[in-house]
Amino acid sequence: MKPAKFDYHRPDNLPDALRLLDEAGFDGKIIAGGQSLVPIMNMRLATPECLIDINGLTDLDFIECKDHVVKIGAMTRQSQVEDSEVVGQNIPLLKEAVPFIGHVQTRNRGTIGGSIVHADPSAELPLVLMTLGGKVKISSGDEERIVDAEDFFITYLTTDLMPTEILTEIHIPVWEGQTGHSFMEVARRHGDFALVAASCQMAVDEVGRIGNVRLALGGVEAIPFLIEDAQTVLCGEQLTEGLIEQLAEIVGESVEPESDLHASEEYRRHLAKVLTSRTLRQAYERARG
Amino acid sequence: MAMQEIEVTINGTRYEEMVEPRMLLSDFLREVCGLTGTHVGCEHGVCGACTVVLDDAAVRSCLIFAVQADDRSILTVEGLAQNGELTTLQKNFKENHGLQCGFCTSGILMAATDFIEKKPEADSQEIKEMLSGHLCRCTGYDGIVKAVEKTIEENKNSVKELNT
Ligand SMILES: Cc1cc2nc3c(=O)[nH]c(=O)nc-3n(C[C@@H](O)[C@H](O)[C@H](O)COP(=O)(O)OP(=O)(O)OC[C@H]3O[C@@H](n4cnc5c(N)ncnc54)[C@H](O)[C@@H]3O)c2cc1C
Ligand code: FES
Ligand code: FES
Repeated sequence: MKPAKFDYHRPDNLPDALRLLDEAGFDGKIIAGGQSLVPIMNMRLATPECLIDINGLTDLDFIECKDHVVKIGAMTRQSQVEDSEVVGQNIPLLKEAVPFIGHVQTRNRGTIGGSIVHADPSAELPLVLMTLGGKVKISSGDEERIVDAEDFFITYLTTDLMPTEILTEIHIPVWEGQTGHSFMEVARRHGDFALVAASCQMAVDEVGRIGNVRLALGGVEAIPFLIEDAQTVLCGEQLTEGLIEQLAEIVGESVEPESDLHASEEYRRHLAKVLTSRTLRQAYERARG
Repeated sequence: MAMQEIEVTINGTRYEEMVEPRMLLSDFLREVCGLTGTHVGCEHGVCGACTVVLDDAAVRSCLIFAVQADDRSILTVEGLAQNGELTTLQKNFKENHGLQCGFCTSGILMAATDFIEKKPEADSQEIKEMLSGHLCRCTGYDGIVKAVEKTIEENKNSVKELNT
């Protein structure tokens, strides 16, 4: 299993990387951590003619929190996010999700940007970005644009990113007040891609009434998606087992999972319901303190 | 594409070689440098046999191209023992049945070396999570977990001794 031949460039700044990418056109491909790209190159499922290595773009390796938004550079390694205090304090949901991505040894190399651009339907980071209403910042030769997570993921392994663009940052709003979070998934073995993953963030008032709740599922359909009904059913209410069951039923009826070699449609539907209940319950308990 | 020249420090020794960009770091170590202690199992990131320490992190050498290691430093299993003396971790693998055929061992030793340095207080659960990145078809992992646990314990004791 050896990759096909390619040209290799290692620019040390973003404008050079964008220029090289533009020149390469459809033959060009960015390599970040390589943890998704290199396996498929080794198997020759991908045979890019020109690789542009952005590991030299050290400006894209940062984590900062300003004005209630955490910004993370695309080249930040997943293990750095896992160990980051800024992330732990401000976006505990993200900190809880990262250890589910592969293994220590892949997180040491795999990047935030790479996982989001790769857009695997079961991937943890796109799911968290969707749950928290995050955004991505994208650069091309002549412009910069910011896209909402909800508009960024299009279908399996496909995003709104053009071949001449580079994802440079992700932005995640920090929730204020009394909040709770929960991330859970079911996978065959630790480190495998999730069969189904659920992710929830909630804010409650002093008497435990839900003010805001975002619940999203991954691994069920082509892209992670929000359960809009969570807002309508739960806002203004104190969480009860009855409400949890009501929402789990709605999820069970509305999701359209596919069967594949890892899990059947029914099993995924079942997991979607179970994980919906569990994450809601845990997020609420944590918010109540 | 033309060959590219790279300079890599491996186990303290500097190597200057010409490589094709598509050469995997695992193949570079084994075939160009003759360091066959790094093993190759799956070549797609799943088995962990090819794990080496690149700068200060354990990574899969089958998912990195040798050109990407230009100007970097690498530690492989050949760099662990000094003057024939095994590290505490290696000794504990030997004493706790942490290996049988040895195919997975070099990768696990490299990951565990990096892990123990970063998490000197790690508990069994954390050790098992770290080991989830490695496949071993012989041992059943029990001896491997013990070897890492014992090393952490011994390191703690020797720190205590130093402080008293
Ligand atoms: C054994 C194993 C288990 C894994 N398990 C999981 C798992 O459970 N969950 C999970 O989510 N992932 C998992 N992964 C994949 C994860 O490790 C990758 O890190 C991630 O999917 C891709 O990030 P990367 O930095 O490695 O990107 P690369 O592999 O370098 O790139 C992936 C794709 O994104 C593009 N790209 C990368 N960065 C940018 C950028 N900044 N701008 C534009 N395009 C870009 C590349 O061109 C490529 O198409 C696993 C991988 C392995 C090997
Ligand atoms: S050979 Fe690299 S992980 Fe299997
Ligand atoms: S000792 Fe044989 S594979 Fe682990």
